[in-house]
Amino acid sequence: MGMTVHATSPQFKQNAARALADTQLQKALGNVKQGFIDKRQRAADKLPEFEALRDAARDIKNHTLQHLDLYLEAYEEKVKASGGHVHFARNAEEARSIILSICREADAKTVTKGKSMISEEIGINAHLEANGITPVETDLGEYIIQLRHEMPSHIIAPAVHLNAIQVEQDFRRVHTNLDPKRDLSEPVQLLTEARAVLRERFLAADVGITGANFLVAETGTSVIVTNEGNGDLTQILPKTHIVLASIEKLVPTLEDVSQILRVLARSATGQEMSVYTTFSTGPRRSADADGPQNYHVVLIDNGRSAMLGTDFEEMLRCIRCGACMNHCPVYHAVGGHAYGWVYPGPMGAVLTPSLIGVDKAGHLPNASTFCGRCESVCPVRIPLPKLMRHWREREFERHLMPATFRSGLSFWGFFAKRPALYRLATRVAMASLGLAGRRRGRFTWLPLARGWTKYRDFPTPQGDTFQARWRRERKGRTV
Amino acid sequence: MSARDEILANIRRSLRVGGNETIRRQIATERLERAPKGLVPSRGQLPAEERLALFKLQAEAALATVTEVDSSADVPQSIATFLRDHNLPATLRMGSDLRLTAMPWNDTSLEIAHGPSQGSDLNAVSHAFGGVAETGTLVLVSGPENPSTLNFLPDNHIIIVSAKDVAGDYETVWNKVRFAFGKSGMPRTVNWITGPSRSGDIEQTMLLGAHGPRRLHIVVVRD
Ligand code: SF4
Repeated sequence: MGMTVHATSPQFKQNAARALADTQLQKALGNVKQGFIDKRQRAADKLPEFEALRDAARDIKNHTLQHLDLYLEAYEEKVKASGGHVHFARNAEEARSIILSICREADAKTVTKGKSMISEEIGINAHLEANGITPVETDLGEYIIQLRHEMPSHIIAPAVHLNAIQVEQDFRRVHTNLDPKRDLSEPVQLLTEARAVLRERFLAADVGITGANFLVAETGTSVIVTNEGNGDLTQILPKTHIVLASIEKLVPTLEDVSQILRVLARSATGQEMSVYTTFSTGPRRSADADGPQNYHVVLIDNGRSAMLGTDFEEMLRCIRCGACMNHCPVYHAVGGHAYGWVYPGPMGAVLTPSLIGVDKAGHLPNASTFCGRCESVCPVRIPLPKLMRHWREREFERHLMPATFRSGLSFWGFFAKRPALYRLATRVAMASLGLAGRRRGRFTWLPLARGWTKYRDFPTPQGDTFQARWRRERKGRTV
Repeated sequence: MSARDEILANIRRSLRVGGNETIRRQIATERLERAPKGLVPSRGQLPAEERLALFKLQAEAALATVTEVDSSADVPQSIATFLRDHNLPATLRMGSDLRLTAMPWNDTSLEIAHGPSQGSDLNAVSHAFGGVAETGTLVLVSGPENPSTLNFLPDNHIIIVSAKDVAGDYETVWNKVRFAFGKSGMPRTVNWITGPSRSGDIEQTMLLGAHGPRRLHIVVVRD
């Protein structure tokens, strides 16, 4: 398989333990719980047709997948007719060498990049760097994590694991030509600085690489959705625009893409529509005032065609909105990096074993409480818990999973055997559960202990763990 | 086998099809030709006056500002006032779109520049191809007279839209695009713009003006 980014997925448990002990991370993760859930709910409530549109989005993706070969052919023909080039890549390595040769042809020194998960998946940045070409991430979150040499921890909010103070430290470390005494105490000052630094990069770039949220077969169009406008500056300023897209990004028509766009932003950020939705078809026309002179699309399989016709075909409907991780209690507790590869959260737990192998990512499908919240918010109705269960069954059949792992409690058990970690983990979990559960007083589900709460309600923690109380009480008695 | 052929063959093997089944081909071809309209929310199907009201409401909800003028002759003065009210310099860059160049800019003291932006303009004005009331979205198309750089590089972007071009839903605008450019003859770039640029990447706090315009001002022309 085309794995290139070093995966730490096999060490999921250790990653999770470290994440629970990381106070900066735990503080930052609070932002996920607070923001995304309410915003999505409000956007959904405001549109009476929202649930019906989710059905429509699911049906469009299913229809496309069933006719994927034909829509790919139609799409390719249209791109060519509009003056663009289409390249097919079986795996990450092929994709990287295609991209490198286009960049060389353009004599590229720097390449600006719009946010793209497939770009992370194929590890293009390291490859370009190794060949003397400087890739510059331009999405603010991606820019920040590139400075830190990290992977995104969320598919739409790549730097969600960081706090402003950490970003300030990175900017001071890297933007050394600026006044060291400048004030960067407000997030808006960080944004303004990044805008100015990246503006220069946009104007100087030789090639712009973007992903694609959708490819439209009817017209040979690639579609990107952003709020910052960085994807647009990436693609209209340099003389060459390269689009990276995995093959399941296809949709048949402009009508179909409009249907899906009605659920994408609402599910992702709770916006009715993202700020910039851009439809690009071919290079600039001869009389056009601006736009790229060369337009290339790299269509990447990297494991997708093998998922068709299997239990995991439904995962190919994913439109990368991030709602499943925004609503996931495990993601809330450990963040995205613990998942150890490019795709975190419930969608990552299903997709990663398909892409890098169940032997490397077999623990991920265990990182679930099977509470079902991910499926209930997925705009294309992917049955994520069912697919995670499929992986667990397969893993068990293949004897990759110790018997104890079949129970949801086993993950919890890992911590229970390590008292110091367990105390820490429960303290984190109790503190957040104490906040969340107070309204009802009882939990009908609990992260990582579904096997237990299935049979009885878990009483709301009183903001303290049993062990801590016990220690305090014992102290009171004996002293 | 080329990568292309191998990928297509793998897809067909997984789907258990040969690729030449007539009915299957027909289904795909017909969908591409007919482009059947899906579900349009009822808010996207309002009569003209309500539609325009919803457009303004939604654009403002997306943090754009909206003003209305009676005729295109009033646009330059309206823009000059907007710039002055926000303490912005009296400069403005635009493409050579006739709908824009025909306006009486000389009635104002605005300093006008033409053509694509090189990245140092504070203010630019564009003419929209259409608008979508559902979400307060503007639709802009690129072309010789309409540089796309004007939509992203300036700090303050002003977009003019004719009231009659504000549709209820996206589908109506796609049909207009097909009518203007031919079925499947898309302009290089179609931009949907809903409010000014923003980012929530630092601690999930929404801040305006990430890479694109910090301000989006819409002028609706009634005539
Ligand atoms: S699986 Fe569903 S909810 Fe998760 S990112 Fe994909 S589309 Fe969104």
